[in-house]
Amino acid sequence: MNGGANGATPPQAPGSSAEPVVVFDDVSIAFEQKPVLENISFQVRPGEMRILLGPAGVGKSVLLKMTNGLLRPDSGRIFVFGKEISAMHEQDLFELRGAIGTVFQEGALFDSLNVRDNVGYRLMEEHLPDDEITARATEALRFVELEQTIDRFPSELSGGMRRRVAIARAIVTNPKLILYDSPTGGLDPITSTTIIELVMKQRDVSHTSSLVVTHRIQDAFVLAMHHFNRATNQMEALPPHQTDPNTSFLMLHQGRLVFDGTTKELVHSSDPFIREYIS
Amino acid sequence: MALDTIDAAAKRGVLAVQEYVVLSARAVSDIFRRPFYRDDIYMQADIIGVGSLPIVILTGFFLGGVLALQSASTLQQFGAAAFTGQLVSFSMIKEIGPVVTALMVSGRNASGMASELGSMMVTEQIDAMRSLGTDPLKKLVMPRIVATVVMLFFLVIISDAVGIAGGGFVSVFLLGQDASQYFHTCYQSLEYPDILQGLVKPIFFGFIIATIGCFYGMKTRGGTQGVGRSTTQAVVWSSILIITTDFMISRFLIGIFGR
Repeated sequence: MNGGANGATPPQAPGSSAEPVVVFDDVSIAFEQKPVLENISFQVRPGEMRILLGPAGVGKSVLLKMTNGLLRPDSGRIFVFGKEISAMHEQDLFELRGAIGTVFQEGALFDSLNVRDNVGYRLMEEHLPDDEITARATEALRFVELEQTIDRFPSELSGGMRRRVAIARAIVTNPKLILYDSPTGGLDPITSTTIIELVMKQRDVSHTSSLVVTHRIQDAFVLAMHHFNRATNQMEALPPHQTDPNTSFLMLHQGRLVFDGTTKELVHSSDPFIREYIS
Repeated sequence: MALDTIDAAAKRGVLAVQEYVVLSARAVSDIFRRPFYRDDIYMQADIIGVGSLPIVILTGFFLGGVLALQSASTLQQFGAAAFTGQLVSFSMIKEIGPVVTALMVSGRNASGMASELGSMMVTEQIDAMRSLGTDPLKKLVMPRIVATVVMLFFLVIISDAVGIAGGGFVSVFLLGQDASQYFHTCYQSLEYPDILQGLVKPIFFGFIIATIGCFYGMKTRGGTQGVGRSTTQAVVWSSILIITTDFMISRFLIGIFGR
């Protein structure tokens, strides 16, 4: 293990004030007897953004799906908000997932529902009044600057717009944790920057804990070296040699966590794989 | 090598049956758990029931007609053409009505369910639904099961009635038989066990159509090709199970009632 944090950190006692939002404790998973992730341990603290790097197919999305209980580990324990989700019944997980926002790789919008119903889906499930659903969906869409698309269907939106609607859907309930699965994957550089700016805005304005999966190192460094200025409503570069203190990195290689640490530790790592990956 | 292949295929088969049973059992138990998606049931009932009405009426009418046509020529050889109505009503109510209606609804709706849910699977919409705190079995599978079972029951009754009417049309207008005699023989020879047999079958068939369609939809992997494969398998397996179950129900009820 390279970097500052140590992979074998035991989970803190649930309920304590500094309780991490997410704890992976020696987690392994295999598909058809082929190990995908082995002995993964890390934490996400309140307000922290952890960027998960690694080559395509290394198991980043699998790790993210385990974080909200869509997949269960073969061994090890996963704690989210102090609850061991790896031991929870599926029915209880549905309730817990209400406090987690997830942005899927391709957006995963419901194609038979319009943007308003997609964004307000969770609120409709809670049987909130229609007016309130519309108001909150509009507010979330305003955050991603797509208010005008409220009556459109996903098929009428561009790839970047779909991704932004997916972010609006993830934040509409003000979750305490957001999981981003390759939010810029397959997008052009300009649209990618727009999406990264929104991810940063959520980090710096709402201070929501997040786990961001990406294989685009440039996106990761933009997140680490910029901050969102509320006054100008756009992202700005941090002063030279300064990085965002709430943003740190994890790196997967061949199913194992090979790095867990800060931006500076990542940049100065002597591990040949990490050096090659970030070069 | 060959043994390994057989072994792997057998394991896949057993696993598929296990997954099917678990999905069906969970979806049925969801009927009794909150939240109850009433609106989704109505919507599915409209799509499955009302949407299938035209094909059920058309096939029912012409099946009744062809039954009358074929049976009348055979019965005439024995001087029993007057029993055409009885043969048509027996066949329609006990066998052809339930089975053909179920096969038609299966072709239209098991494939529809498999492709709809399959597309949702490969585009991660099912995972998104779970992430948003909704149980897809409760939201997507349970309403389809309830709607198919209820609507197929009524579709079969309509198919039976239209089939008998079709038989009557052919008997009276093409074969020159007496309308009163045809309809009298239609219902006079019927007994409760015959009606029961005709009404029990659609309940099982509806369950098979919905669970098989949803099962193949929910286990779809591998993009658009996977969706196509699931759709085909859903129609093939629901048709096979409908015909197999039809035999078993007939044997069981004939064993009980003796007819």
